[in-house]
Amino acid sequence: MDALDVLVVGGGNAALCAAIAARRSGASVMVVEGAPKFYRGGNTRHTRNMRCAHDTATQHLTGPYTEDEFLDDLLRVTEGNTDEQLARHMISLSKPMLDWIGEQGVRFQPSLGGTLSLGRTNSFFLGGGRAMLNALYLTAEKLGVQIQYDASVVALDVEDGRFKSATIRTVEGDKVVEAQSLVAAAGGFEANIEWLKEGWGDIADNFLIRGTPYNRGDVLKMLMAADVETIGDPTQCHAVAIDARAPKFDGGIITRLDCVVFGIVVNRNAERFYDEGQDFWPKRYAIWGRLVAQQPDQISWIIFDAKSLKMFMPSLYPPIAAQNVADLADKLGLPVEALEKTVRDFNAAVRPGTFDHTILDDCHTEGLNPPKTHWARRLETPPFYAYPVRPGITFTYLGTRVDREARMRMKGGLGAENMFAAGEIMAGNVLGKGYAAGIGMTIGSVFGKLAGEGAARHARG
Amino acid sequence: MHAADHYKEAERLMTICNSCRYCEGLCAVFPAMELRRSYENRDLDYLANLCHGCGACYVDCQFSPPHEFKVNVPRTLAQLRGVSYRSHAWPGFMRPMFDRNGLAIAVVTALSIAGFILGFALWHDPRVLFLGEGQFYRLMPHNVMAPLFGAAFLFSLLALGMGFRSFWCDIGARSVSAGSGGSLLQASRDAAALRYLDGGGVGCYNEDERPTDNRRLFHHLTFYGFLLCFASTSSGTIYHYAFDWPAPYGLLTLPKLFGIPGGIGLVVGSLGLIHAKLVRDRALMDPTKFGMDTAFLLMMLVTGLTGLLLMVLRETPAMGITLAVHLGAVFALFLTMPYGKFVHGIYRFGALALYAAERRLDRAAVPGAKRPS
Ligand SMILES: Cc1cc2nc3c(=O)[nH]c(=O)nc-3n(C[C@H](O)[C@H](O)[C@H](O)COP(=O)(O)OP(=O)(O)OC[C@H]3O[C@@H](n4cnc5c(N)ncnc54)[C@H](O)[C@@H]3O)c2cc1C
Ligand code: SF4
Ligand code: SF4
Repeated sequence: MDALDVLVVGGGNAALCAAIAARRSGASVMVVEGAPKFYRGGNTRHTRNMRCAHDTATQHLTGPYTEDEFLDDLLRVTEGNTDEQLARHMISLSKPMLDWIGEQGVRFQPSLGGTLSLGRTNSFFLGGGRAMLNALYLTAEKLGVQIQYDASVVALDVEDGRFKSATIRTVEGDKVVEAQSLVAAAGGFEANIEWLKEGWGDIADNFLIRGTPYNRGDVLKMLMAADVETIGDPTQCHAVAIDARAPKFDGGIITRLDCVVFGIVVNRNAERFYDEGQDFWPKRYAIWGRLVAQQPDQISWIIFDAKSLKMFMPSLYPPIAAQNVADLADKLGLPVEALEKTVRDFNAAVRPGTFDHTILDDCHTEGLNPPKTHWARRLETPPFYAYPVRPGITFTYLGTRVDREARMRMKGGLGAENMFAAGEIMAGNVLGKGYAAGIGMTIGSVFGKLAGEGAARHARG
Repeated sequence: MHAADHYKEAERLMTICNSCRYCEGLCAVFPAMELRRSYENRDLDYLANLCHGCGACYVDCQFSPPHEFKVNVPRTLAQLRGVSYRSHAWPGFMRPMFDRNGLAIAVVTALSIAGFILGFALWHDPRVLFLGEGQFYRLMPHNVMAPLFGAAFLFSLLALGMGFRSFWCDIGARSVSAGSGGSLLQASRDAAALRYLDGGGVGCYNEDERPTDNRRLFHHLTFYGFLLCFASTSSGTIYHYAFDWPAPYGLLTLPKLFGIPGGIGLVVGSLGLIHAKLVRDRALMDPTKFGMDTAFLLMMLVTGLTGLLLMVLRETPAMGITLAVHLGAVFALFLTMPYGKFVHGIYRFGALALYAAERRLDRAAVPGAKRPS
């Protein structure tokens, strides 16, 4: 392989933004994507929008979203677990990002039906994440970026913070690729159950992985072994409650369930364990993955009645239905009397109120533990329905520490000479905890472009 | 697979898509789907005919095969379109025409052409076929030609109308007043521009994930070519009867001014569409409809080509045969319009009108709500 400037590892949003930016800066670029062509682009395939600051409403955005407001939102969801300087930097670069990403062929549309709350802040990809990726790949190909599929990096040769070469495994065997600089954009390790077990214990066996099976964190591990500094809680991941019938990997958006606030949630013992009506769903959905993970066998059931059936976005699998609570318990394999008692106690505790799911209404329980503080309505109108749920892992927080140029930082505080990181693999720098819709893509695009430009600059001297 | 399986698969896909909605901005199908939470067969007929088969939602779908959800909307809706063409055919006993449509159309066309050759030969001295005097009506008097074609055409119109009526009632057009002027106007605009064959703005997908706008271009050429040819024939008929001005017509007369560009459009457009079909990603296609689609395109091609040839060969001995082939093809086209690919246009128009009405009212039609009395 003669004189390659930039090697980009990964094939998602972060990798492609880096590759395009590096190529546009004049560097020769190779992208190695571990997945086969159809599965190219990891979790980016499953996304639908990105969050960028903007000063005015646009054709696709209903109003302005200032940098300050963006920062406030970030500080709130992360509870301060962010590198504020770096976050400000990213947010200010998110503004021109909307145009830049459009110039690479990505197209936008107004927010999707059912996601109106994001219409002002988030830009939705026309056709979704795979359409977005297709556009980026097309642009990269046109610019002359070399792209290899089914090509995973299995080893990195790094010496004193200087990348020398990578070993790439393909169907034809292993080969060593040298390059002037490296961009690591290989995602997190959420598909690596063994690694998840290090933080969660054996219960991680019962987790479902919402996205790609190819994000196994191998590159992150290699970088850690090469003394790159890490950031973010190694034991934590973003987890939501998804339909328990979803496939182990790659079930994507359609297995999500938005109906917790309309009913009650019980565990294997048919007992409630948390206030289902604590706050609006978009603000609370991310705690339910963890809550369910703490229940026996890591499974729970959302139970509601006919009144609520049509009040939330439909999802892939139909709810399990029965004419009375006992039959429902039977179908779900739950202890019949216990479920009847839980429903009876709940119904008895519901105080009269005016139901309105668009506000924090006054429908609540009294004398019940745990309480349901809003949207509490008696479960009394047959048929009764249930969705089984399990924790669904979206992404992990542990990543490589980077600076303002997306350059990795080595243990000891020095910057790596020629190694850059972008996307989920370094998201922990800005997103130490929590999540706000669309930030994953912003991190990938902004740091991807920075990494590509930095890598090209280094390579071309 | 049977019709019931196609409906089941379409219902499965629409449930998936309605939980996803990522394709909402690509075309009319997805917003129409979102107005519903469950999908009965008549809803699915509507959605299927609303789909233009641009392929974008397949290329853009994170769940298309080999993903285990195996989401392939373009193919499934194409299969359902085939089912709906058959089930709305009138009179009902003609439905089997759709079973092996390519073959059926080929047989009808061959018989029709043979009929004209034979007819010319029997009617006159066989030599009349090769006279090369440039006199069409020597071969077939206008007073025979016009009623024959007129009758075939009127029958077709009746059959198409009955099929359309059945579709229109089934999809519940009346429940949202889809027949109102506004909806029809919107549908005409969308159909005339093939608004939804553009993959959401970049062009449609045919052989791979690189979009082009070729199919739309070639469809325009075919469709408008067809209209021009129709205008050419009609103006010729008017000249003949209203002004007593018989063919042949000069270059600067309406029949020629319509006919020449129309014929060229038909030839170039249908060739382009045939080519696109041959290189199309098989995953996007309903394999059982290949015959139907190709037969129709070939029919367009033969009609356009022989029409143009007639002008060139008018004064030669080849005129007689060419005329027989041309008239045979056109006659077969008229006869088979209600029983072939041609019907896609009228059902799509109906679906577009319903969509326009649904959008205006922001609610879904009630399938088969009111039968016309
Ligand atoms: C269902 C779902 C919906 C989401 N929706 C949104 C959303 O709407 N908006 C948003 O901002 N975020 C969303 N996210 C989060 C978002 O997907 C990620 O933040 C983002 O895609 C990360 O981009 P990336 O390029 O860093 O990683 P990815 O897109 O995951 O790409 C990583 C790539 O690295 C490759 N790779 C891994 N290991 C190797 C190796 N050893 N060698 C070579 N290649 C390797 C993988 O194959 C993959 O292609 C969603 C996530 C999920 C699961
Ligand atoms: S075709 Fe695929 S991406 Fe598009 S809406 Fe349906 S499931 Fe979603
Ligand atoms: S193939 Fe094109 S027209 Fe048909 S549903 Fe998909 S995007 Fe819409």
